[in-house]
Amino acid sequence: MDRGRDYALAAITLVSMLAALYAGLIYAPTERSQGDVQRIFYVHVPLAWNAYLAFLVVFAASIGYLWRRSAWFDALAHASAEIGLVFTTLVLITGSLWARPIWGTWWSWDARLTTSLVLWFIYVGYLLVRGSVIDERRGARYAAVIGIIGFIDVPIIHQSVVWWRTLHPESIVLAPGGPAMPASMLLSLGCSLLAFTLLYVYLLRLRFGAESLRHELRTLRRTSIVEAV
Amino acid sequence: MCDTIATLIWKDLVAETRTKEVFLTGVPFALLILVIFNFAIDVGADRAAEVGAGILWITFTFAGVLGVARSFADERDRGTLEGLLLAPIERSAVYLAKTLVNILFMAVIELVTVPAFVLLFNVEVAWLDLLVVALCGTVGFAGVGTLVAAMVANARSREVLLPLLLLPLQVPVLIASVKATAIVMGAHTEQSWPWMSLLVGYDVVLVAAAVLVFEYVVEE
Repeated sequence: MDRGRDYALAAITLVSMLAALYAGLIYAPTERSQGDVQRIFYVHVPLAWNAYLAFLVVFAASIGYLWRRSAWFDALAHASAEIGLVFTTLVLITGSLWARPIWGTWWSWDARLTTSLVLWFIYVGYLLVRGSVIDERRGARYAAVIGIIGFIDVPIIHQSVVWWRTLHPESIVLAPGGPAMPASMLLSLGCSLLAFTLLYVYLLRLRFGAESLRHELRTLRRTSIVEAV
Repeated sequence: MCDTIATLIWKDLVAETRTKEVFLTGVPFALLILVIFNFAIDVGADRAAEVGAGILWITFTFAGVLGVARSFADERDRGTLEGLLLAPIERSAVYLAKTLVNILFMAVIELVTVPAFVLLFNVEVAWLDLLVVALCGTVGFAGVGTLVAAMVANARSREVLLPLLLLPLQVPVLIASVKATAIVMGAHTEQSWPWMSLLVGYDVVLVAAAVLVFEYVVEE
């Protein structure tokens, strides 16, 4: 992989991260009812958005792998699933940090929270099934199947938990969205969205590169063993 | 295709009638879960339908996990899975036959569990409605369960891996089945059709997807 491009991407990611920090912490106005707590929004939302992007990439790369059987697609799906899982974990944590002062509780079985949690479990399973068989190509196939089935399931899971909560008589905890934001908040959000998307792409390149090298190493080992025999 | 599926189902049914493994272990297991839940959760008469629906579906789920796990584990243990895959038949036929057998086995367990449940928990049940709900839920469970069971049959720590992979995918089935069951048992006055449509939607989408990807799971 091209080193220079990696460094350039890292530099751009760093700069946009600093800009996002400035925009989220200083430039954006303090929200009237929630106070500074609301600023976690500029981390939480981009993370969530990129987690979904990562799982979409897993889905597409999984289809690509079953279709073309190239290690390229498999490494892409593997790398993206790991980053998506880390981002989802951070989404759950930042969400809890926000919910405690605002809702007065760390967790609520709201539709979005529940969907994120179920997603987290699906992609934990995705990574586990990959490592659970000795033959790596078989593990890659299994993971691809979970990457496809799991992603197809996401809208149905979301629909079911939305109905589960909204049809429920007692609790409608959160009305998502809320009122329209002032332009400065939207701008800050846009800035951090860009920063986190760059971070995702950068991490994906790194992880993808490492995975490709590992694959290459394995292939070299196998051929050297065959030659030795 | 239909002949092939019928033959494959017949094969599994003959194997089951010889060992009676699923029936003799699955039914007592399901009954035991009902009893255990009675100790763990206080099911008052006023919320028997609401809580009962949940207990019933956890029972089905646990018994179902064991049931679908066996459908491929037995084949692997006896070394007949290779034979099955070498046979000149379509892979989707193998999947559909295994799924239908799993639905059948789960249905047998459910047919024993539900009357026991009604007896032990003293609830009123609209039998025909419950039958439809249980069937739709079971199709979704067995459909995805059979796919995952085929996958983990060769994996390390497959006993844990099967529920770990299957249950998150089953969230919509569990939610919709429990809600619809509570409604047909009279816990709520609301309509059950949104839940039924969700279940049917899940069944159609996920089983279709499973038919398409199954061949990649069992390919050698």
